[in-house]
Amino acid sequence: MAVRRITVAAEVGLHARPAALFVRAAGKAPGEVTVAKGVGEPVNAKSILAVLSLDVRNGDEITVRVEGDQAGQVLDELVRLAETRESAGG
Amino acid sequence: MADTGRELRGTGVSQGVGAGPVRRFLAQVAEPPAGELRVGAADAERARAADALEAVAADLENRGLRAGDRAGDAARDVLAAQALMARDPGLAEEVARRIEAGGSAERAVYDAFGTYREMLAGAGEYLAARVADLDDVRDRAIAALRGEPRGPGAGPADAAEPPGGEPYVLVARDLAPADTALLDPSRVAAFVTEEGGPTSHTAILARALGVPAVVACAGAAALADGTPVLVDGATGVVRIGASAAELRAAREDAARRRAASSVPTGPGATADGRRVALLANIGGPKDLAAAVDAGAEGIGLYRTEFLFLNRDSPPGAPEQEDAYRAALDAFPGGRVIVRVLDAGADKPLGFLPPPSPEPNPALGERGVRMLRRHPDVLAGQLDALARAAAGGGARLEVMAPMVADAAEAAWFADACREAGIRTGIGVMVELPSAALRARDIVVAVDFVSIGTNDLAQYAFGADRQVGALARLQDPWGPALLDLVALTADAAGDAGKGCGVCGEAAADPALACVLVGLGVTSLSMAAMAIPAVRTAVARNTAAQCREAAVAARAAATAGDARAAARAALTG
Repeated sequence: MAVRRITVAAEVGLHARPAALFVRAAGKAPGEVTVAKGVGEPVNAKSILAVLSLDVRNGDEITVRVEGDQAGQVLDELVRLAETRESAGG
Repeated sequence: MADTGRELRGTGVSQGVGAGPVRRFLAQVAEPPAGELRVGAADAERARAADALEAVAADLENRGLRAGDRAGDAARDVLAAQALMARDPGLAEEVARRIEAGGSAERAVYDAFGTYREMLAGAGEYLAARVADLDDVRDRAIAALRGEPRGPGAGPADAAEPPGGEPYVLVARDLAPADTALLDPSRVAAFVTEEGGPTSHTAILARALGVPAVVACAGAAALADGTPVLVDGATGVVRIGASAAELRAAREDAARRRAASSVPTGPGATADGRRVALLANIGGPKDLAAAVDAGAEGIGLYRTEFLFLNRDSPPGAPEQEDAYRAALDAFPGGRVIVRVLDAGADKPLGFLPPPSPEPNPALGERGVRMLRRHPDVLAGQLDALARAAAGGGARLEVMAPMVADAAEAAWFADACREAGIRTGIGVMVELPSAALRARDIVVAVDFVSIGTNDLAQYAFGADRQVGALARLQDPWGPALLDLVALTADAAGDAGKGCGVCGEAAADPALACVLVGLGVTSLSMAAMAIPAVRTAVARNTAAQCREAAVAARAAATAGDARAAARAALTG
């Protein structure tokens, strides 16, 4: 298991393109992946609807938790996405 | 035909006149009856639901990949997010649970989406727009379960396209990005929707494509397929049963307008030579090329927020200087009006957190109010602007957003002078208080620029984001025209400039009225400049004044529009 607490740097928070990239990356993990905003309840990070419902804005703190194989690797990727200011591409 | 000669009225959101036979895309998916039970075994029903959701996801992905460039990246992002919604594991669990409990696949899908719909709708304004995306996925899934086609690009519906490539008027309740991604814009003469506001997907897409559009048009969905209609995207009027000759005339007129506005250069002026500066609104150096191509004489609103977003500290002086220089270099001998940072609770910055939670950010500490709290940020920006201006190119002017009174205007002017900027100091008039006492404000500054979008929002007490209030965001509202007149009179009497930088300036007829009210420069999205240039050049200053008087004499936005157009040529 791997856990990290980070501040979301994406301009639009975990919405729009950053949310989609985040959920897609989480979906590739073999084990369970959760994300929680602040001190709130963790939700399934593979669910776009659950992630959107958290309404994570730029500057919010989130806790990402990854279970199972390659947990560290998956977590690194998720942290990178959440800490990227601007999403790649158009 | 009983319909002949009738008219429907909505809100014009993309100017121009389009005509053709109606092609309806209603695509309303009826709600499955509450409590509808499955007939077959749970396993088979679950598989049916899963297959439908996967088919929808694949279709949405496919539409995203095939979406034309002009439909834009925003539409592609929406489609990608919608595909993820259709494949959402949490949603799949909810659907399966409801089917196990005896529900039909259709009703289970409907209810499962419903739980998320409530969560999103309750999670703040930002997510309200996602609710429309979610509803669209739900309806597609239910249509797939029922074997119904959905959308202009949905295969069977294509057969209903009028033959021979004749352009048609697309009529819908509302349009989702997935509906429009595969449209051939050259076949659509106009959009008409029952719902939606000036910021709906349909409105944004129509403006991007340059296709006339009318939204919030009650009764449109009842039009029969094939009915010839004439759509005026400026007035919001949809004429039903227009004759073949009228349709042809409208099409020729549209072609003439395009041709007339194809040589967009030189300073803007009325038919009798009164100068009206035609400027472009930009959000960063990336927009400069379009502004130059459209024949802008300069920049009337340079929004600088892009420099400040996504960072923990303000941008350094060299970075800011480069961004301002780029604009000054693009218009040698012209004007570039830079609006200093407009931040607030609605667009919070990492290094300028809102001082306290604000239930209503539009009325909170934003614009110049925020800068007064952080004078160092303003000083840094003004220093960078002063240095950029020292390099020549265009004439630099600066203005402050959300100024309420003369004291704030004087405070900003002092800050500019301290940074070495002594001329070209202005403020935006976006608050009714500033318009009402413009006489006091123009004493402190060299020019004012009216932001009609915010001024309408504050004058009518109608949120810009709420489509249902589109009626109250009409820039033709006589109350708004009165506020513009007050401001322009005060500026004119003091010998100061008065610009308009808002949607109002992009409407060719309204642009003439603004000139008639005494406005000296018009700033708008680059793509609107050619049509505005043509309209202003066709009318004399006296005609513009006459149109302005006629518009202000009217009691409603619709009457103001009609009265002004009667006084104008073209």
